[in-house]
Amino acid sequence: MASEAHGEETGGLVFHPMDQFIVKPLFGDGAVSMFTITNVTLWLALSVVAVILLMVLGTSRRATIPGRTQSVAELAYGFVYKMVEDVAGKDAVGFFPYIMTLFMFIVFANFLGLIPMSFTTTSHFAVTVVLAMLVFLTVTIVGFVKNGTKFLGLFWVASAPLALRPVLAIIEIISYFVRPVSHSIRLAGNVMAGHAVIKVFAGFAAIAVVSPVSVVAITAMYGLEVLVAFIQAYVFTILTCVYLKDALHPSH
Amino acid sequence: MATETHEAAGHAAAAAPGMPQLDFSNWANQIFWLLVTLVVIYFVLSRIALPRIGAVLAERQGTITNDIAKADELKQKAVEAEEAYNKALADARTEAGNIVAEAKAEIQKELDVALAKADAEIAAKAAEGEQAIAEIRAGALKSVKDVAKDTAKELVSAMGGKADAKTLTAAINARMKG
Repeated sequence: MASEAHGEETGGLVFHPMDQFIVKPLFGDGAVSMFTITNVTLWLALSVVAVILLMVLGTSRRATIPGRTQSVAELAYGFVYKMVEDVAGKDAVGFFPYIMTLFMFIVFANFLGLIPMSFTTTSHFAVTVVLAMLVFLTVTIVGFVKNGTKFLGLFWVASAPLALRPVLAIIEIISYFVRPVSHSIRLAGNVMAGHAVIKVFAGFAAIAVVSPVSVVAITAMYGLEVLVAFIQAYVFTILTCVYLKDALHPSH
Repeated sequence: MATETHEAAGHAAAAAPGMPQLDFSNWANQIFWLLVTLVVIYFVLSRIALPRIGAVLAERQGTITNDIAKADELKQKAVEAEEAYNKALADARTEAGNIVAEAKAEIQKELDVALAKADAEIAAKAAEGEQAIAEIRAGALKSVKDVAKDTAKELVSAMGGKADAKTLTAAINARMKG
């Protein structure tokens, strides 16, 4: 990549759209080991701070008539609670804190990533794959614990003609195991692509003639990214609820 | 910014392929810190934030329900008060009617008594008058008898007879009747 970048620089334009995603140590310049404090650590910590600010400090007055921050916290609570109840069913309410954790983390990581010069943790597959695998493992384990072998009925479409069922079973099994892949790549891909596109437009801004167009394009992309930041958090959460519903009620 | 990060990114970019996301050498680091983050958020939410918000929402729901119940109660009370007012009004009306009727009856009674008394007085006066007239008539009759007796006696004596008082009276009485 370094040689590529140098090649472009000779042409006058500098494109490093992916450099914003580089993981590097926050202090010093050493290698990144497991416990090194990196920019990832910083922005993950900031998302924790943001969650605490909104959900704990924002609600500290416990007002019956809520203020602005408390309203937002209650709105988030109600939004996710209703989603869990409506999509996954009433018996899934026990998983509400877990799903709320996922939603709050993704939403804040996405929005913090929209701050200029920031680092977007959710643009990394390492992060989204872990999130998706946590959901996948939870769903699989809960499915087997709650339903035993009946959970395998998820793959055996009883309403289909008998001859088709083995074929459908194979498709269902493949789709089941593809879930964490699509679940993680959807989030990271969306976030990463948007950020990279903004950086590409920013690169074009070096040409004076193009720069007004570039600024407009960046603004438009930024607006889109604000939407994407929320929608992807919503999609990730609602899919978690859908998968959880499968685990709790495996029959089709 | 691009040139700035390019400098710092030098060594990382050398190791990384096109996408920093696919540089698996720092996955362990990211996963470790992500798990720490998730655990912290989970505990903050499940221990502090969510029970608190849930309690606040439940409390608000309770307050709203209470207020609605109270409003219903007050409304019920207002309806009752209106009913009581209407009833009192109706009672007052009937009472007023009764009083008027009573007063009328009393006045009628008094009037009747007064009329009866007046009638009696009139009757008494009339009787008195009649009696006086009768007395006067009787008096007159007697005087006529006396005058007739005297006249008859004088006539009889003038004719040279001796008038017997008893016969004379009987004759006069017979004459007067006829």
